[in-house]
Amino acid sequence: MTPSLIVSYVGRRAIPFIQLYALYVLGHGEDGPGGGFQGGVIFASSFVLLVLIAGWARARKDAPESIVDPLTATGCLLYAGIGFICILLGGAYLEYEAFAGANATAAAKQHAHHFALIGIELGVMITVTASMVTLYFEMSRPPEERNAPEDGSGDSDGEGADA
Amino acid sequence: MAGQLPALAVVVPLLVALLIPLVSRFNRRAAWWMVVGALGFAVYGAVAMLLDLCGSPIGTTIEYAMGRWAAPTGIEYVVDRLNGIVLTMIAAVGLITALWMRKSIRSEISEKARPGYYATFLLCATGYMGMAITGDVFNLYVFLEIASITSYVLIGMGRTRQALYAGYSYLIVGSIGATFILLGIGHLYMEIGTLEMADIAQRFAANPELYDSSVVRTSFAFFTVGLAIKMALFPLHGWQPSAYSRAPSAASLFIAATATKVSAYVFYRISFSVFGADFLISALPHIRDGILILAVAAIFVGPLLAIRQRCLKRLLAYSSVGQIGYIMLGVVLLNEDGLTGGVIHFWNHAAAKGALFCVAGVLVYRTGVSRVDALAGMGRTAPWTSAVMTVAGLSMIGVPMTAGFLSKWYLGAGALDAGRISIVPVLMASSLFTAMYVWRLVQLVWFAPKDTEPLVKEEAPWSMRIPALVLAAACLYFGLTSTSVDIARDAALSLGLGAP
Repeated sequence: MTPSLIVSYVGRRAIPFIQLYALYVLGHGEDGPGGGFQGGVIFASSFVLLVLIAGWARARKDAPESIVDPLTATGCLLYAGIGFICILLGGAYLEYEAFAGANATAAAKQHAHHFALIGIELGVMITVTASMVTLYFEMSRPPEERNAPEDGSGDSDGEGADA
Repeated sequence: MAGQLPALAVVVPLLVALLIPLVSRFNRRAAWWMVVGALGFAVYGAVAMLLDLCGSPIGTTIEYAMGRWAAPTGIEYVVDRLNGIVLTMIAAVGLITALWMRKSIRSEISEKARPGYYATFLLCATGYMGMAITGDVFNLYVFLEIASITSYVLIGMGRTRQALYAGYSYLIVGSIGATFILLGIGHLYMEIGTLEMADIAQRFAANPELYDSSVVRTSFAFFTVGLAIKMALFPLHGWQPSAYSRAPSAASLFIAATATKVSAYVFYRISFSVFGADFLISALPHIRDGILILAVAAIFVGPLLAIRQRCLKRLLAYSSVGQIGYIMLGVVLLNEDGLTGGVIHFWNHAAAKGALFCVAGVLVYRTGVSRVDALAGMGRTAPWTSAVMTVAGLSMIGVPMTAGFLSKWYLGAGALDAGRISIVPVLMASSLFTAMYVWRLVQLVWFAPKDTEPLVKEEAPWSMRIPALVLAAACLYFGLTSTSVDIARDAALSLGLGAP
C-alpha cells in the first residue's frame, strides 16, 4: 500500500489539533458536557489516525507497550490516589474539600474542589486513552506482527501437562 | 482511622493492585508481598468491623458516605452483620490464597505474566469486597463487573489452551448474567427512582402497593436469573466446572471459595434489604417456590454429578453446585433457623472448599495432573495434605463436630419449621452422595494397595501446607464452637424477617 500524499499531509497536521481539542474537552468537563472519558476517547482517536497514515509498526513505536500498558494503571491510580489523599488529609474518601484544610473558607474549598476534580478527570483521561490505544492496536495488529517476541508470553511452560 | 475502615478495606487493595504493574517494572519480587500486605490489611479491616458490630445491638450498621455526600445523593457503604461475615470470608480466603499461591504460581504462570496475575488477583478480591460492602445497587453492579472481568482473566491464565476457552465461555455466560442484573437495576430504578438500597426499602415499606407493579416483579425476576447464573445455581451451572478445572490452581482456590457465594450474598441482600422479606412471602410465593425447587434440585444433583468425575477440580466444582443450593435454601425457607444455616454456610463452605482446592492445587503442583486417581497412596507420602483433605471432606459430608454439620442441622431445622418435611430426606440423600465421592477420595489416599507407587512423591512445601491446615482447622473450629452460629443467627435476625 502506498500512502496517499494528501491523507498523510492532512493527517499529520490534524493530529496536534485533535490532541489539543481532547485537552479542551477534558478541561471543559467540570462545568459542561465533556470530561475525562470523552477527552480520552478523542485523544486516543489521534493514534487511530496515526496508524492509518503511518502504518501499524511505525505508530506502535510512538506508543510502545512498555509505556501504554503502565499508563492504563497510572490513570486509575491517580483517581484512587487523590481519593486516598483526602483520607490522609482528614476527610472522607474522595472528599475534595479536604485539600483546602480544616478551617478553609468556602471559596478555598470551592477552589480545592475544582482542582481535585480536574485531577481525577485527568486520571480518567489517561486510563481511557491508554485502554483505547491498546484495544485499537491489538485489534488492528497486522498478520506479520502477530508473532512478535513481545507477544510470546505464556505457552512456553507447562503445556501438555493437562489433566 | 477506625471510622475510615469501610472505605479503606476496599481502597487499599485497589490502590495496591494498581501500584503492582508500576512497581514490578523495577522490582519483580515485590508484587507478591504487596498482595499479601493489602489483603492482610483487608482482613484487619473486615475483622475489626465485624467485632465492632458484634459488640453492638442487632440491627446496627456502620455507614460510610463517599466524599461525604449523604445517602440518596451519594454512594454509601453499609456494613451490617451479614456483610461483615461475607467481607471477613472474602478477605480471609484472599489472604490465605495469597500466602498459599507463591510456589504454585511459579510453576504455572510464566515469569513475564506474574505481576499481571498478582494485580488481577488483587483487583478481583477488591471487586468482591466492593460487592459485599456497598449500599448502592448500581455501585454493586460496577463492582460485580470488576470482579467478573478479573475472574475471566484469571481463569484464562491457566496452563493450557482450554483455559482460554473456559475463560471465554464464562465471559459470555457471565456477561449475560451481568446484563440481566443490570436490567433488574434499570427496572427497579424506573419504578422507584432511587438506587440507594436503604432508600428503596423505605419506599417499598411506605407504599406496599408497589409490590403489585409488574415492573417491580420483572425487576426481581431479572435479578433472580442474573444472580442464579453468577452463583451457578442448578441448572445454570454449566460454566462452572471447566472454569474451575482449567484455571490456575491459585485462581480456582480463590474463585471457588468466594465468587459464587458473593453472588448468593447479593441475592440475600436484594431479597431482604432491597425488596424486603414480605415481597417473597406475600407478593411472589410462586417465585419463592421456584427458587426452593431449584435449590433442592441443586442440593440433590450437584453431589450426584460429582461422584462420577475423574478430574479432582471438576469433582469439587460439581460439589460446589450442591453447596450453593444450601445457601439458597436458607433464603427461601424464610425463617430464623433456615437463614442461620444459610449464613453460616458462607464461612463453612469457604473453609471446606478452600481446603479441598488447596489439596487439588498441591496435587497439580506435585504431579502436574489433577486426575482423581493420581491421589492414590498420597497418605503415605503426604500425610498432612491428606489429613487436610479428610477433615474438609468430612465437613462437606456434614459429619458432627465439623462445620458442615451445623449448616445442615440448621437448614434441616429450618425446613421442619417451615413445614417442608420433604426437604429433610433430600438433605440426607445429598449427604449420602457427598459421602460417596469423599469416601472415594479418602480410600484412594489412605487405603491404596501397598504395591501402588504414589504419584505424589513429596509432602507439600510448608508455604502451601500451613494455609491448608489453617482452613482445615477452621472447619473443626466452626464445628466445635458456637461462635459462627451466634454471629450468623444475629445476622439472620438483623435481616428484618417479620414474624412468620
